[in-house]
Amino acid sequence: MTETTPALEVRGVTLAYERSVVFDGLDLQIEKGRITTLIGANGSGKSTLLKAFGRLLTPDSGSVHLDGRPLRELPTREIARRLAILPQKSLTPTATTVRELVSRGRHPHQSLFRPFTPRDREVVDAALAATGLEQLADRDAGSLSGGQLQRAWIALVLAQEAPTILLDEPTTFLDLSHQLDVLELVRAVNRERGSTVVMVLHDLSLAGRYSDRLVVVGEGRVLADGTPWEVLTPQTLRDAFDLEALVVPDPSSGSPLVVPVVRTATTHAPASPPTS
Amino acid sequence: MIAVRTARRRVVVTLLCLVVAVGLGLVGITAGSSSLTVADVARTLLGGGTAGQQLIVFDLRLPRVAAGLLVGIALGLAGALTQTFARNPLATPDIIGVTSGASFGAVAAIVLAGGSYSVGAGLLALGLPAAAVLGALLASAVVYGLSWRGGVDSYRLILIGIGATAVLTGITTYLIARAQITDAAAAAQWLVGSLSGVSWASVWPVLVAVLVITPIALAQSRDLEVSQLGDEMSTALGVTVQRHRLLIIVCAVVLTAAAVSASGPIEFVAFVAPQIARRLAKTARPPLLASGLVGAVIVVGGDALTRSILPGEVPVGIITTIVGAPYLIWLLTRRKQRENLA
Repeated sequence: MTETTPALEVRGVTLAYERSVVFDGLDLQIEKGRITTLIGANGSGKSTLLKAFGRLLTPDSGSVHLDGRPLRELPTREIARRLAILPQKSLTPTATTVRELVSRGRHPHQSLFRPFTPRDREVVDAALAATGLEQLADRDAGSLSGGQLQRAWIALVLAQEAPTILLDEPTTFLDLSHQLDVLELVRAVNRERGSTVVMVLHDLSLAGRYSDRLVVVGEGRVLADGTPWEVLTPQTLRDAFDLEALVVPDPSSGSPLVVPVVRTATTHAPASPPTS
Repeated sequence: MIAVRTARRRVVVTLLCLVVAVGLGLVGITAGSSSLTVADVARTLLGGGTAGQQLIVFDLRLPRVAAGLLVGIALGLAGALTQTFARNPLATPDIIGVTSGASFGAVAAIVLAGGSYSVGAGLLALGLPAAAVLGALLASAVVYGLSWRGGVDSYRLILIGIGATAVLTGITTYLIARAQITDAAAAAQWLVGSLSGVSWASVWPVLVAVLVITPIALAQSRDLEVSQLGDEMSTALGVTVQRHRLLIIVCAVVLTAAAVSASGPIEFVAFVAPQIARRLAKTARPPLLASGLVGAVIVVGGDALTRSILPGEVPVGIITTIVGAPYLIWLLTRRKQRENLA
């Protein structure tokens, strides 16, 4: 397997819920070692596509490939060792410590005859350290704040040690500062471990700041695909999001910053920052 | 460190429950209308004793105690499986329709086959347990089939199970209301759940069910733990969710059907035993083996109680209900907000 083999690939995939077809004959490749973010309007199917990559949804036709091999030919446990997923909705178990929760990430590496080993413990410790959760390791997971809990789920995903990671809206319900924490962590994992990351994000400016590649989906196909500066143009934003916006360089990172245009002339906000 | 401590506590609790269950079983052998001392029982079990004592111990009391132990284990283990799988302490095997199916099968056999007491002798030994098992398996298969929509989700399974239970209970009541008075009495007797009249013939099926199912259930315990995180996360971690769920349901159904066929439905054991075991072991989920053994303690202890202390042999099903129902209420009134799931 050469480096040019994509980490993930969909070939001619048709995805549907009940009777409504979301994608019809879609082709898309995800390169190894990069952060690819799927963006699109509500209901555009970006989470559906992510689920298909993660075998949480079986395509009606076409095939999904992981490291060049069709998902349906791989045992689910083997997929779990190569591909970690943070779904949008997971249940936090009761009476379970953060460390126990993170330890579940070792499940695909264990079996009846290969229980929890010192090596598993090291991996869990490292995942707790990477997410800054060492101090909270023995706390009940149910007592964590939203930001802490999201870091615990990411720690679980890291403990899985899969080279490819799918994250479905990892920043939902977090305040801006915690969104940045999570995305900085994702980038650090990508840069340090060389992990392939595919995620779904809503915030376009954050997607532009933390992604190597953006894929805009909508109307059952890929509407735009490329680097953040290539994709986040006023024209694409108008087409895909029905959004009138300016795109300016982010003064802090230099990445594209999406600034929606004021829609009504009357605004109560001050026209300029107060000068003092 | 904490993991080691809880694991050790779980082992200790399991062993203690085993000792108590066997101890109560031995006490149970001494209890009854013709009283034996512990020394008599020990001597007889070791091959001594009079012919009369041997008859009482080996043919009357031992099968009853063995059935009690096995029925308790089966119900406790089945309860632990369903409560954990449904993430709800109220989710006993009853709600998948197993118990109401078994009751319907047994009552239909008694009433429709015209199984009055005279006909009953042979039918009760062979036909009734088989009818109960058939009813249990059919009812749960129908509930599972109706819940299937590209996969079974535990919430839908429970709702459909509740509906099926209501229908089956209604039909069962109708059968009893229309039956001959002797049949109605026999059916009512069966529905209470009792170990009187148990022979070795009713012990073997439960023994086989417990011996076969327990290892299968234990092998699923790690997947069961992961499945607490939801279906998508379980799939992500390599659990074959639908196969795992089917296995858990089959284990619970077979255990419950076997138990009910031997003793009739003994209420509240599958509900209470896992919750007691969980509190004793201080674990997040009901420990499987300990739940079974607590079930054994409840059934054998309850049965010994009915024979030794209470007058006129109250069926053990009444005892477990009288003890279990207040326990349920107590549990609901005192439990803390976050401690609310199985």
